[in-house]
Amino acid sequence: MKHEDKKGLNRRDFLKRLGAGASVLGVGLVGCDSKNNAVTGSQTALPDIPTDKMEYRTNPKTGEKVSLLGYGCMRWPTISVEGGGDKTDDIDQEMVNRLVDTAISHGVNYFDTSPAYCKGRSERATGIALKRHPRESFYVATKLSNFSPSTWSRKASLDMYHNSFKELQVDYIDYLLLHGIGMGDDGMEALRGRYIDNGVLDYLLKEREAGRIRNLGFSYHGDIAVFDYLLSKHDEYKWDFVHIQLNYLDWKHAKEINPRNTNAEYLYGELAKRGIPAIIMEPLLGGRLSKLHDHVVARLKQAEPDRSVASWAFRFAGTHPGVLTVLSGMTYMEHLEDNLRTYAPFKPLTDDEMQFLYDTADLMMQYPTIPCNDCKYCMPCPYGLDIPAILLHYNKCVNEGNIPSSRDGDEYRRARRAFLVGYDRSVPRLRQASHCIGCNQCGPHCPQSIDIPAELHRIDAFVEQLKQNG
Amino acid sequence: MLRRIRQTVAFVVIVLITLLFLDFTGSVHAWFGWLAKVQFLPALLALNLGVIIGLIVLTLVFGRLYCSVVCPLGIMQDGFARLGRMAKKNRYRYSPAKNVLRYVMLAVMVLAVILGVGSLVAILAPYSAYGRIVQSLFAPVWQWANNQLADWAASRDSYAFYSIDLWMRGSVTLIVGALTLAVLAVLAWRNGRTYCNTICPVGTVLGFFARFAWLRPVIDTSKCNGCGLCARNCKAACIDSKNHSIDYSRCVDCMDCLDKCHRGAISYTHLRPALKPDSVKTDAKTGDKADTSRRQFLGATATVAVAAVASAQEKTVDGGLAVIADKKIPARRTRIVPPGAVSLRNMASHCTACQLCVSVCPNGVLRPSTDLLTLMQPESSYERGYCRPECTKCSDVCPAGAIRPISVADKSSVQIGHAVWVRENCIPLTDGVECGNCARHCPVGAITMVASDPSADGSRKIPVVNTERCIGCGACENLCPSRPFSAIYVEGHEVHRTI
Repeated sequence: MKHEDKKGLNRRDFLKRLGAGASVLGVGLVGCDSKNNAVTGSQTALPDIPTDKMEYRTNPKTGEKVSLLGYGCMRWPTISVEGGGDKTDDIDQEMVNRLVDTAISHGVNYFDTSPAYCKGRSERATGIALKRHPRESFYVATKLSNFSPSTWSRKASLDMYHNSFKELQVDYIDYLLLHGIGMGDDGMEALRGRYIDNGVLDYLLKEREAGRIRNLGFSYHGDIAVFDYLLSKHDEYKWDFVHIQLNYLDWKHAKEINPRNTNAEYLYGELAKRGIPAIIMEPLLGGRLSKLHDHVVARLKQAEPDRSVASWAFRFAGTHPGVLTVLSGMTYMEHLEDNLRTYAPFKPLTDDEMQFLYDTADLMMQYPTIPCNDCKYCMPCPYGLDIPAILLHYNKCVNEGNIPSSRDGDEYRRARRAFLVGYDRSVPRLRQASHCIGCNQCGPHCPQSIDIPAELHRIDAFVEQLKQNG
Repeated sequence: MLRRIRQTVAFVVIVLITLLFLDFTGSVHAWFGWLAKVQFLPALLALNLGVIIGLIVLTLVFGRLYCSVVCPLGIMQDGFARLGRMAKKNRYRYSPAKNVLRYVMLAVMVLAVILGVGSLVAILAPYSAYGRIVQSLFAPVWQWANNQLADWAASRDSYAFYSIDLWMRGSVTLIVGALTLAVLAVLAWRNGRTYCNTICPVGTVLGFFARFAWLRPVIDTSKCNGCGLCARNCKAACIDSKNHSIDYSRCVDCMDCLDKCHRGAISYTHLRPALKPDSVKTDAKTGDKADTSRRQFLGATATVAVAAVASAQEKTVDGGLAVIADKKIPARRTRIVPPGAVSLRNMASHCTACQLCVSVCPNGVLRPSTDLLTLMQPESSYERGYCRPECTKCSDVCPAGAIRPISVADKSSVQIGHAVWVRENCIPLTDGVECGNCARHCPVGAITMVASDPSADGSRKIPVVNTERCIGCGACENLCPSRPFSAIYVEGHEVHRTI
């Protein structure tokens, strides 16, 4: 069997690197280099990350080399501060600077932010960190995030656009996007209202001519009609790039997970057909592709014991040649380091490995998690709920097998306790699903088109059933 | 020997009873809940004849053993008295019985029970006084410690401990509890069982039976040399060593004198009724002390912190949490008491305000009343949680028959109140968004959402309450998004009905 062969080979590589266990299996003895023997304690098992091995892709319009790993600035680290009795948080600027420095020194040169991210504080934090580096050493991407109808006017939209320059402390923007095209109840209407009717798109096209925007594109979620419409206008608008959601689960299953969404296979194909570079969002589904069900984790680790679960997802996204860069919202240094290992140097997936991931995706479809990527676009909920925390707790319990089904035996009681106690820990009572009134002000903001009130009511009914059937 | 046994039993009992008030998981109650039910006054109010007869027989055989090993307030005083004796040996002396005071206090108690002045009963009831001390002073410490453990467990990804809400249930109980503790500590430190032999109505009643106890400490005058060591170590101040007589109505069977006597002149044995105990006239002190101290608490009321009002603001950026204003207690025409309480009158006439139900309520519903006549007796309110359908804890633990035992099935058919809609606060009308959270959570399906304007198509839906089906559990009030005052709240019923 092909899979078996591959596993054997990779394991052998791994053992070679560790220099351990060779005698146990009796293989790889020849390749064993005693200088790199981690088991001696003279060096860690993880080698240093090379600073000169980053994979780069070429932007066909400008010819610039963009690192395959792009930094998503939607999940910057925060530190909690106590003030006025209420817990709030601040961006941990010191850590942001360190993350950016590490990324740049290892060859990352693409940074993607938005005026809406991190409660509106991401652009400024990103700008501060990048200002400490030469302007030509990075490409910065931001978006015109005029989601709220109060910012649909030409003036409010352009104010937002101009403000990005101030926040980022730059005089040109390398990549500018129309943000979240296709989202909302009526994607076409939102597109017209936000960018077409108010002449904002025309203005941005002129800005591109003037050089203040070097590349113009859009990010797409949701209604496929809007995507198709904008691509049909490619001759007129000349899109320089498009952000799409692509990963091994959404490649063939996006529509199955939610009928409103479209498989990444189609999106990528349409862009490749027209030679438009694709920039990848949610390669890891907000961490969901690294927090998999225990069975799936075991399967991936078995195939590549020395690679992280997440690395599979990043290699999948990078393997497609039409991809300019893969965005990852790296909150922690460990995330950044792991991704740097994946892309510096980058080893594309073989056809067999691709098939292995498609099989894994099929397997994952058996576990009914909610496709929330913790992007927080739905927040703040006007009635105080912590929507992503609720959905993530539910997913965690699905993946850990703590969704009790039948009421029999100790297993039920253990799972019930884990779910309920964990629920109160993850989400304060007043922010739990029972307080969802179903106003659906969150729904249109969800890039994954999750029917949030329906999911919350479903979880609430489940919790109620757990509580009542003590 | 007998003293050691008494001390051991008393120690075990007070630890277990204290745990009854501290434990919020229900596991202690499952095994030792009976310890609350054998308390004299609650059993009397519950008309629990078996327990009453049992306790009287116990007293007729052994004397006031109840006061030494069953009553937690008595055991607690023994603890303080012990500390007092460590500070100064042989500190007590005989004093004549203050019978006028005792009988006045007993009369006050009887009148209070008959007239249904729950607040007075509550203040005089010894077991309940102990409950209040533990619930208001010790439980918060216990819960805080539990929450530390829960944090630790969370960091270890363990579900062994879970965090619970720490909140002050009533300032009146806290003050009464703290004052009771302070006064009793001082009295017991200085003079031992002063409270038990002057104020406590249970002590007076049992003392009446103890005069005729079959077993009792007896002084053998042939051995006694009149040194008075026994009297100086009698915390009930009931040994008149000069006359070789013991006032059995005040003796709490602590057995200390047995061990103290160097000559072995005192033994715990049967003797035909001895001399009548001395009844010396004393100035009758009235019960003013408790009364005035109570009065000064009445000014204090529970207040709810005023929090910033969160208005649903337009969303322009991602992330963050909206501020949630605290709910405030709505003005209720009739107060709410939990299912099993039968009626306000039943509650008022049976409850001794021991706070056991308040301690075990896992939903933050029960708290002590601040009303003059029902002071410190439990009442329900729904700002922190609601009376959940699967929970019958308060009815399981009540020793006094104030909240009678009910089953989970009974609970959903007992109407303790009914929901009232407040148009001015209702979110679909004020914010213009869909809601229906009350209807979605009503456990008996008493709420239906109907068009607010039947003539207009697609008008926002508002709740209507079928009061025939409503049980008054407060799910709607608690989960209503309107803050600080809910758009739907519960009015209590004076007499609960079964539907």
